[in-house]
Formats: sequence, C-alpha cells, structure tokens
Amino acid sequence: MATAPLPPNPDSLLNTSITSELVSTHGLLPEEYEKIKKILDREPTLTELGIFSVMWSEHCSYKNSRPLLKLFPVEKADKNADVGKVLVKAGEENAGVIDIGDGWAIAFKIESHNHPSAVEPFEGAATGVGGIIRDIFTMGARPVLLTNSLRFGELNSKEVKRLFRGVVSGISHYGNCMGIPNLGGDIYFDECYEGNPLVNALCLGVLKHDDIKRGAASGVGNPVYYVGAATGRDGLGGASFASKELTEESQADKSPVQKGDPFMEKLLLEACLEMMAVPGLVVGIQDMGAAGLTCSTCETASRGNAGIEIELDLVPQRESGMNSYEIMLSESQERMLVIIPKGRESEIEEVFEKWDLHAVKVGEVTDGDRMVVKQHGVVVADIPALSLTDDGPVYTREGIEAEGIEELREWTPSELPDVDASSLDSTFRKLIAHPTIASKEWVWKQYDHMVMAGTSVEPGSDAGVVHLNLEGTEKILAISNDCNGRFCFLNPYRGGLISVAECVRNLVCSGARPLSITDNLNFGNPFKLDVYYTLAESIKGLAEGCRAFDLPIVGGNVSLYNETPEGAIDPTPVVSIVGIIESEEHITRQTCRRGDETLILLGGIPNELGGSQYLKLVHDLKTGDAPVVDLEKEKHQNEFVLGEISAGRVVAAHDVSDGGLLVAVAEMLFGEEETYGAKIVLPSSVSEGRLDEALFGESQGRILLAVEPEHIDEVFAAASEASVEAMPLASLSQDGEFSITIGKTNPLMTWKVSEIRSLWGTVIADIMDHENEGEI
Amino acid sequence: MKVAVIQFPGSNCDQDVYHSFARGIGVPTEMIWHKDEQLGEVDLVVIPGGFSYGDYLRCGAIARFSPIMKAVGEYADRGGLILGICNGFQILCEAGLLPGALIRNNCLEYRCMTPHLLIQDSTDTFNRNKIGQIIRLPIGHGEGNYRIDDEGLDRLERNEQILLRYCDEQGNLTEEANPNGSVNNIAGIRNERGNIFGMMPHPDRAFERFHPSMDGLPVMKAVLATKETVTVPI
Repeated sequence: MATAPLPPNPDSLLNTSITSELVSTHGLLPEEYEKIKKILDREPTLTELGIFSVMWSEHCSYKNSRPLLKLFPVEKADKNADVGKVLVKAGEENAGVIDIGDGWAIAFKIESHNHPSAVEPFEGAATGVGGIIRDIFTMGARPVLLTNSLRFGELNSKEVKRLFRGVVSGISHYGNCMGIPNLGGDIYFDECYEGNPLVNALCLGVLKHDDIKRGAASGVGNPVYYVGAATGRDGLGGASFASKELTEESQADKSPVQKGDPFMEKLLLEACLEMMAVPGLVVGIQDMGAAGLTCSTCETASRGNAGIEIELDLVPQRESGMNSYEIMLSESQERMLVIIPKGRESEIEEVFEKWDLHAVKVGEVTDGDRMVVKQHGVVVADIPALSLTDDGPVYTREGIEAEGIEELREWTPSELPDVDASSLDSTFRKLIAHPTIASKEWVWKQYDHMVMAGTSVEPGSDAGVVHLNLEGTEKILAISNDCNGRFCFLNPYRGGLISVAECVRNLVCSGARPLSITDNLNFGNPFKLDVYYTLAESIKGLAEGCRAFDLPIVGGNVSLYNETPEGAIDPTPVVSIVGIIESEEHITRQTCRRGDETLILLGGIPNELGGSQYLKLVHDLKTGDAPVVDLEKEKHQNEFVLGEISAGRVVAAHDVSDGGLLVAVAEMLFGEEETYGAKIVLPSSVSEGRLDEALFGESQGRILLAVEPEHIDEVFAAASEASVEAMPLASLSQDGEFSITIGKTNPLMTWKVSEIRSLWGTVIADIMDHENEGEI
Repeated sequence: MKVAVIQFPGSNCDQDVYHSFARGIGVPTEMIWHKDEQLGEVDLVVIPGGFSYGDYLRCGAIARFSPIMKAVGEYADRGGLILGICNGFQILCEAGLLPGALIRNNCLEYRCMTPHLLIQDSTDTFNRNKIGQIIRLPIGHGEGNYRIDDEGLDRLERNEQILLRYCDEQGNLTEEANPNGSVNNIAGIRNERGNIFGMMPHPDRAFERFHPSMDGLPVMKAVLATKETVTVPI
C-alpha cells in the first residue's frame, strides 16, 4: 500500500478493519472491493466503504443497465420541430429539460420507490413523491403536476389491500400538502406484484430556458450550503436497500425507509425557487435524495470537475452522537446542497431565514478532484469524486430467454371455447368489474387533482390535461403513463414497444402531440440471465418506439431486484409521455357528451388474444404472443386523428386497450353528467372469426372516435382519403340500453348501461370499504 | 377596490386565489406575508387554502398565532370584510372569528371532487337571486366536517348565517351528497355581523372556461359586494 491510511475516526466503532463479510453486507462483490482499494491505493475506512456501496449500488450507478440505456435516443431527430428540443439531456442532471416554445421549458422525470413501499407503504410512497418533486425543482422548475404508475397484487387479500390503501394515502398525503395537482396515472392489479408492489412517481415542472439550474460545483473557494431539514438516522443506506431482493428480513428491517414531511418540502420548494430567482446566486444545486449527502457532494464535484470538502460538525442534525457513516449515508428527506458565489452568503441566509429553514455553510469547493469529508476536524473520507460517479462497475451479460416462454407465445386459442350469447354476460361483467379495468375514482378522489386551478381533464380519461398560465402565455400539456406487464412477460421486445405506442395513442386521443418521454424500468434480479434478457429486450423495444415517434427519452429510473421468494415481477417498463395541445378547442376526453354520437372504429376489428385481460380473467391463461405493432400504420393513423380533432369533428376519442373493444365502448358512455346507451353493430364478417378476439382482444392501433351526426360523412371521407381503416361501430342512444348485434339482424346481448356503470364505478370502493371482512 | 391574500407557510392556494380575483374578477390583488404586521388599505382579506404549518396539531391551530392575525382580528373588529377558503375557513374557526370547528371527514379520507351546493339566502348580496339556486364548486380537503354545538347550530340557522350546503343535483340535502359528514350539510357560513365568510368549497378553482364550473365568480362577487352593504358602523 503506497498511500498512508486515514487517521482514526472520532467514533471508535468505525475503526474496524474491513472484512469480506462487511464487504458483502454492503452489497459489494469481492472484485468491486478490489477496485475500491486500487482507486484509493489503500484500504477504505468503514465510512468510505459505505460511501462506495451506495454510489456503486444499482440505484445510483445503473451498473447493470447503463450500456443498455445507451440504446435510447436522447435528442429529437427532427431538428426543425417547433417544440420538443432537448435542453438538458438524460443523465446530465437531476431531470431532463425540453423546450415547449416561447422561451419556456419543462423538466420531468419518473422515479420508483418500490422497495420502501413494500415495507412501509405510506411512508414509502409519500417519500417517493417527495423525492421526485425535489428532482424537478432542483432544476429551477416550478412543479405543476404529478402522476403515478402503480402495480399491486390481486386486490383480494388483506395484505394487498393494506399496501394499496397505504400507498394511495401516502401519495395523497404528500402531494396534496405540496399543492401540486395529481392527475392520476395507471394502476394494474396482478398476482405477479404480490409482495412487491410498484410505486413509480412522476413530477413535471415548468421553467424558463434561462432559469435552468445545474448540479455542478465550480469556483474554488465557493461556499457549499446545506439547506432544508436536519439529518437524522432515517433511511440509512436506502439506495443499497433498493438494490436487493425483498426477503422476510427486509419486511422486518424498516430503518432504510425514510419519513417524509411535505410541509418541510413545501417550504424548501418555495425557498429554493425564491433563491434561484436572485440573479447569479446559485452556482450549483443538487437534491439530497438517494445516498443523501454522499451523492450530492460527489456528484456536484464530479460534474464541476472540482473537489469538495465538507465538515460534518456543521451539518444540522436532529439526533445526537451521529457518526460520519450515519451522516453520510442518511437519507433524511427534504434537504438540498447549494453552491453559491463566495461573498454572497448573507443573501442565501436571508431567503432561508424568511422560510424558517436551515441554511448552513458546511464546506467549500476545492482545487483538485477529491471529495474530502471531515468530522471534528479529522478526515474521515478522502475519495476521488469521479471514481464514485463514473468509475463504478458496469456489467453486461448475454441474456437468455426463460424456458417455456417461446412455447407460450406459440399458443393459439384453437382449443379454447369461444364466447357466445350464453357466456357473454358473465365474461363482460368479469372484465368490467376487475380492478385493473374498473374506475379508479376511489384512488383519485383522494388526490387533489384541481389545486393550481389549471386542470382541465381530470384523472380517468386517456390522458390528464393541465393549462399553464405563464406570464400571459398559455400552454396546455397532456400526460399519460403506460405499461402492460403481461405483454412484456410474453414478448419483452414487443411489450416495450407497446408501452410507447399505446401511451402515444392515449395522448393523441386527448388531442395532444407527444413531445418527450421518461421511463421507469421495473425488473427482477439482473444477475439472473432470463431477467436480464427481458430487461435488454424491453429496452430495445422502448428504444424502437421512441425512435419511431421521434420521442427523446429525457431520463428516468431503473428499479431492479423486484423479486420476492415467489419470483420476479413481470417485466414492467413503465413509460410516461408528455404532449402539447395546440389550442383549448383541441382538448378531447374519452367520454361522450351528447348521446347522439356515432362511434367510429379506426384500425379494424381486433383479432388477437395474446396476453389479454380476457385470457387472464376468464381462462386463467397468460399465453399467446403480445399483439402486433405496426408503427407506420399507427403514426399515420395518429396524424389522421389529430387532424380530425383540430378540424373540430371529434367529440370524444378513446384508445382500445385493457379489456378490448367492448370495455372501451362502455367507458365512452360513462359521461361526467350522464350515462348514455349504445347499440353496437358488429360487421357480419365477425362470425367468420372468433367473437372473443373481436370483443376482448387487445390488438394495437385501435382508436374509437365519437362523432356527431353532421360530421360522420366528413370523417369517413377524410379517412378514405388518408387510407385510414375506419368503420361505424356503434350509435349512442338515450334509452339506457347497451346492446350488441352481429350484422343488423342478429342480436347477441343487451345490458342496462346504468348497471354496467355502477359495477365498473364502485368495485374498488366496495372492496376497500369491506377491508375488515378478511379474505374474499 | 383592493383584495389582499395572506400567505402562510404551507398555503398552497394563494396563487389560485390571487388569479381568481385578479384575472377572474379583475380586482387589484396583492399578497401579504404572514410575518407582516399590517394589512394596509384593503377592501377584502382572503385567507387561502392549503396546509398552513403542515396542518400540524390541528388545521389552522398554529396559523392563528402568526403575526398578521392580530391585524386581521382588528380589521374584523372594525367590520372589515374577510373570506376564508378551505384551510382559511379552518383558520378563521381556530381564531374564533367564525363559530364551530372543522374535523376529519367522516369517510376518514381526503376528498377532491365537485359537489353540488345549495345556495342559502343569507344576506342582501349572498343569496339565490345573486348567485343561483344550485351551483357546483370543487372541494379538496381531509378535514371539512363542520361541527358546532346545538345552541350554536340553532343560532346559525335562525340568523341565516349558513351560506352553502352540500346537496344532490336536485338540491336535496341528502347524506350521500354530503362528502364529509358536516352537520346539516353545511359547506360555508358567515359570522352574525355579516363581514366574515368561511367556506370549504373553492371558488378559486371555478373561474376559467375549462374548470368544472365557473360558479366561483358569482360567489366571489357576492362576497365582494358585501363591502357596499355592511351596515354595521365601523
């Protein structure tokens, strides 16, 4: 060893020598430990080992996914596009930033808090929301909307209900207090998420181009400030915790779950934005999220090509006797690191004084490249900052598809009985009343989705829509989340592609032109070759979709090790796409408004069953191939729909997805004020194929347009001109009946639409309000 | 005419109130920080919604001790016009400027929705003639369950101090139409003198074409118009 060891740590407990056992409990492999020794040219101290373990954890380093993520397009291909140019690229900062025109931009990102939510659903979900909000305002943006992608086990056990209730109330608690509207998102219930729920939280903020802030430490001698809440022992090592599989012990091990204080975060948000509004006051700023003080110090230093030195005695602490290991690894919430120009200390202190928050100088930017941490004046860690952020291990491997999946894809429904008049009623009821398909009103009426007075399409439609009043300029944004894990299980490449294509379709149905995308890759243990295969293939599918629709990925999150002793979750590459709506008149909802509309189906009658909710709920099968995606056809059809919407010929539009055509039609009848009847007339040619494929298949590229009588001919003429496949499918009525016939003469089934709506509308509330009645 | 909006730490509808008055109605509107001690020359003080002091202890219980609240109390004593919306209503109750208290919703969950409200003929300006019979305004709260003792309730009813009640589409005051369990479906009240108004529903979320309704405008105008009609000598 060439370099002398560091002096003894003030806390003698930390002066233990590093054993292979300690290395392993820090989640580091022996070869990774060897690399650390080589970087330091000596043995690390325990504090340093902790620092490396969190920075090289999957959560912070993306060591198993980084090479794959390079497949994503990170810039807009169309250089002449009016809007959508990437101003801050994925991975550069806490969140990506894209142009929305007139000097304004948006910062947005989705991030997971799956593991904490599995252990402590309320705090886990709440701090997930808190963390993503900080990522956004760190960029200098005012957060204006939230959404979530949630996955739970089937809603039929006490434990799943506890997790679901806890997660929803945690999100509600944090977001409502922050005063940022939550526009819903997507929620699925499937047994593969039992014990490992997924809680992905998205925040979007708005800012001027000139106000983008960076997380870089520069200017030797510039002071480094710690602002916000004091540091406690909560959330110790959360980033490493998130990088392991969940076991029985992790259920009992609650220390890595942070506690959130949304009031503190609201103050921090306002104080930070006020500080950022002072010209030149902020040199660099970074949120203390995963890996807390460790991550924010080494990342800012590394981005700024500088060194950084901090003294832990100056860090505000809410518990006594904390040692350097604890302070550096704490994931206490609602804290930020700010670098300001030397000599302007009183200005930052004044702002934080106003908001009654800590703003304490804890160190300064130094010459060189070291991150030096002292406590009581003694150096407790001395590490090249870049080695923590850029020199972490990177693993690539050759994935292998799990055995048996190919056979599942080759499955055909030939042995399966088709639906007929006698089974249609029970089949449809099973679908419409399953929590994955049923109304999620129980969830979103607990979220404040109207604060900021900009929401114009509330949760429950294909996309949420907000108006932004920006100093006189108005912008209208739409946002939607998507991912069908069953498709990804059967065909991860196509499943990834479908995530993007379907999400784009949702935006198009709301009248929006998609701009950009953020993704949250939720997978199992990447060291298992079959899991790695699904990760790699899904990413390829996502990347293909992004390129097809020219949607740059501006960042996101990778959550691996989503496994319980029962196995891995279905691959779940969640995407969230933001779009822009040109004018208020183009805002389109999924529900009809008049009762005399005709529903026109674009894309043809569905003809595939693979991976459908129908196969799952009626036949208990997870088989077949994921539906085919024809990207060129979809792009063309999307343009057509946007054209018809801007021409004012579309009353409502809805994408055909989970549950298939019959469910999609029904959902369009459930208006805000009224419930309409409808007569579906299927073409006689349907009798030649399978009825279940037509009614319940989840073929891609299907969109329903509700058109008023006076515009029907024009829409068909335009479709024919554009070579878009369009057919009349149903006409609305005021008689309260929902019926299907094949051809004009062969009646199949009639329901009372009010009964269907009530089934769809109340099932989740019914289940949740009977929580104490035990297993159902 | 000038409106002042008080900002507490944790207020989060302050901007909405600002825009609803400044842009929606078109009255000059300004912000006042809770650490200030003077209100200045204003015609209406609005205490906005949000989570002042994180709703710690009880909603509104800490905000009432903010420096500005002394000035608000004096302003109220002089007959000055005050409107508390959502958390602002809770603060006014905690400060003793309005009777009663707001406790946890009886469903034990936060509720964000746009219920129907029956307008009561409460004053010369706040009544069905000026506002309409049944309106819709958004709500967003976890603690909007209005409670008061029997004697107080009797006095509210007798003096026509109730402004709004939760109702169904037809105006029936049913239990199903009551989102939080408030006694007598009460959604908003005024003080006896008629210069202090408090309501859980948000007129500040109902003033743009794209909002669920635009019924916030007549409600805000009715409160503002009270300025002209307060007969109590100042």
